[in-house]
Amino acid sequence: MFKIRVPELVEKAKAGQFIILRAYDNSERIPMSIGGLDRENGLLTVVVMEVGKSTAEIVRMKEGEEFKDVVGPLGEPTHIKDFGGTCVVIGGGVGIPPIYPIAQALKDAGNKVVGIIGARNEDLLIFEDELGETCDELVITTDDGSKGMKGFVTDALQKLIDDGENIKFVMSVGPVIMMKNVAKVTKPHEISTWVSLNPIMVDGTGMCGGCRVTVGGKSKFACVDGPDFDGHLVDFDELMKRQAMYKDFEKKAYEHFLHKCKIGLG
Amino acid sequence: MADELEGISLGQLPPKERMKIPRQSMPEQNPDKRVHNFNEVPRGLTPEQAVHEAQRCLQCKKPKCIDGCPVEVDIPAFIDLVANGKFTEAAWKIKETNSLPAVCGRVCPQEEQCEGVCVLTGKYTPIAIGYLERFVADWEREHDEMKVPEIAPSTGKKVAVVGSGPAGLTVAGDLIKLGHQVTVFEALHKEGGVLVYGIPEFRLPKDIVKSEVDFLAKMGVEFKASYVIGKIKGVDELFEEGYDAVFIGTGAGLPNFMGVEGENLNGIYSANEYLTRSNLMRAYDFEAEGTPIMPGKRVAVLGGGNTAMDAVRTSLRLGAEKGAIVYRRSRKEMPARNEEIHHAEQEGVEFQFLTAPLRFIGDENGWVKQMECIKMELGEPDASGRRRPVPIEGSEYIMDVDTVVVAIGNSSNPLIPKTTKGLETNKWGNIVADDDSMATSRKGVWAGGDIVTGGATVILAAGAGKKAARSMHQYLMSL
Repeated sequence: MFKIRVPELVEKAKAGQFIILRAYDNSERIPMSIGGLDRENGLLTVVVMEVGKSTAEIVRMKEGEEFKDVVGPLGEPTHIKDFGGTCVVIGGGVGIPPIYPIAQALKDAGNKVVGIIGARNEDLLIFEDELGETCDELVITTDDGSKGMKGFVTDALQKLIDDGENIKFVMSVGPVIMMKNVAKVTKPHEISTWVSLNPIMVDGTGMCGGCRVTVGGKSKFACVDGPDFDGHLVDFDELMKRQAMYKDFEKKAYEHFLHKCKIGLG
Repeated sequence: MADELEGISLGQLPPKERMKIPRQSMPEQNPDKRVHNFNEVPRGLTPEQAVHEAQRCLQCKKPKCIDGCPVEVDIPAFIDLVANGKFTEAAWKIKETNSLPAVCGRVCPQEEQCEGVCVLTGKYTPIAIGYLERFVADWEREHDEMKVPEIAPSTGKKVAVVGSGPAGLTVAGDLIKLGHQVTVFEALHKEGGVLVYGIPEFRLPKDIVKSEVDFLAKMGVEFKASYVIGKIKGVDELFEEGYDAVFIGTGAGLPNFMGVEGENLNGIYSANEYLTRSNLMRAYDFEAEGTPIMPGKRVAVLGGGNTAMDAVRTSLRLGAEKGAIVYRRSRKEMPARNEEIHHAEQEGVEFQFLTAPLRFIGDENGWVKQMECIKMELGEPDASGRRRPVPIEGSEYIMDVDTVVVAIGNSSNPLIPKTTKGLETNKWGNIVADDDSMATSRKGVWAGGDIVTGGATVILAAGAGKKAARSMHQYLMSL
């Protein structure tokens, strides 16, 4: 987790939007969700997990270093209002940070907010304290049961529904399969469910169409029409296939980068 | 400079002598070699060729070429300077009206503009005005003679230019010279707009675009890249911050898709994405840059304009075994420059005319593997004046492909119209601007280039920039 000083961007940004980062001059442009907004100090919080070359570069940056480019705020903000009932915000893994500003905004709008966060094990849980403070209730799940309830976020969500919670709105951010399953759980109960999609992006301003997703049978650009979409209309399977398009390239680039690091060229 | 001109006899020749000189042919990279690199295809005229070509010009009393030029460059005047070996002065002459000669000399469709109306066209061969423009612009740059013009005293007025493509750069260049403070905002991380993300290296080297941008910076223009007006700040806020006038040159950055089944399969790109990956993100050098692009073995590019030519020629350079253009009309109706079609033919691009795609077929992992096509025939002319393509019933067939690039045109990016109060747009989302002044329906706001016309050319955008700058200057001085 780190904070970037971008006062103009932070002043304009709202919960649910994202930024595009470029570490160095020949780095890739990668989209990152906003994990926190400190308007007083002009600081933006981002949480990055090393999964490949671009994230590996970022994770190795030191305090005081400057990003070559920070573009934003991009995308449409999450639609916040008083829903007249309970709002459930669900975050999985690296999807947890972005639900923090969303939870804050929902709370500010007068909603009761229940947070559900899940990770593979307790070491991968983040923002517990922040969400614990903001949400009226926080449920923790871990796949291995090392903390909180053993199981997935969908299990916790199902329990909430079964216990009769008056849920009016669900916002879910995390791995695509998780968001797909959350939508599956709420569908029979017709609860308004929104997800934050993370397809591969290049420019992030709607000019290339690389991030197109199918929602309700129509093609939409996640970077300008989203990133939030109605979870009951999203073609999640297509998104998962499109996200895997450059798997081989990504693997090669990462191996090359790690090798360069090892021999001192990184 | 004297060395390079040694042996060449300079100056104007008697008309009979002029008519004897053949049109100089541009030295070009061999097609077999050039499909394996991204270097420029035309190498540029030699000084000797430039002088000979310039001497062909009849220096007409009533030059048609000036009218053929969208920005009315004083063509006979610059050509006369070339004939006399004054190459740098010739570049400065052009820059009195066109600030981007190194770009226009390479990408203008001269056969439809200056050369198309040259008195020698038809019975003889027109003067190679484009080659000469390129020659003098390159000469000036390579001999380090880019003159920073005299800047007028500061007017105290601030101008915001949104978009650093040809329209925006032209406005910036004109207004900075007149003493105004100019800031150019660019959404991408490199300035140049379509010059840098859309047109490939082998047609327009990025060093040239960089040198134009650096030149503007030298004159005092401020550039803010990775700054998306409409997201981080709206046009309204620019006025609140103290800008006195705003120019919108945000371009046709909204890719058109066919809207057919299977278009979201892996391996199907909009031309914008394909070219942005290759040009701006330099995906052709994956080792160094890290941005991937599917090289594809059997690539189909849908469309018949310059962008389609750029995409298919890029695919060959990325290693495609087969690169095909799939176009619904015939060669005659193709909007691409003759030179680009010719280069593509030389490079071995396959042309499938009178063909349109019906749908894309994918494999079990979501990758495109085939395209179903239908043959077309030409019927009555449509709104564009070209004959309308009509499908031939029963002529459907399947074509094997693994990469498809949809290059059927771009519409205006809606971001600025969406976030700016009082900005009138037409039914296609283009900003409405006055033909002469380029003023929009909003006071203090001008617009030009593709955002007004829809996808068009660099020179038209530059021309619109010129008109807008003139009108903006008048307005600023009246405040």
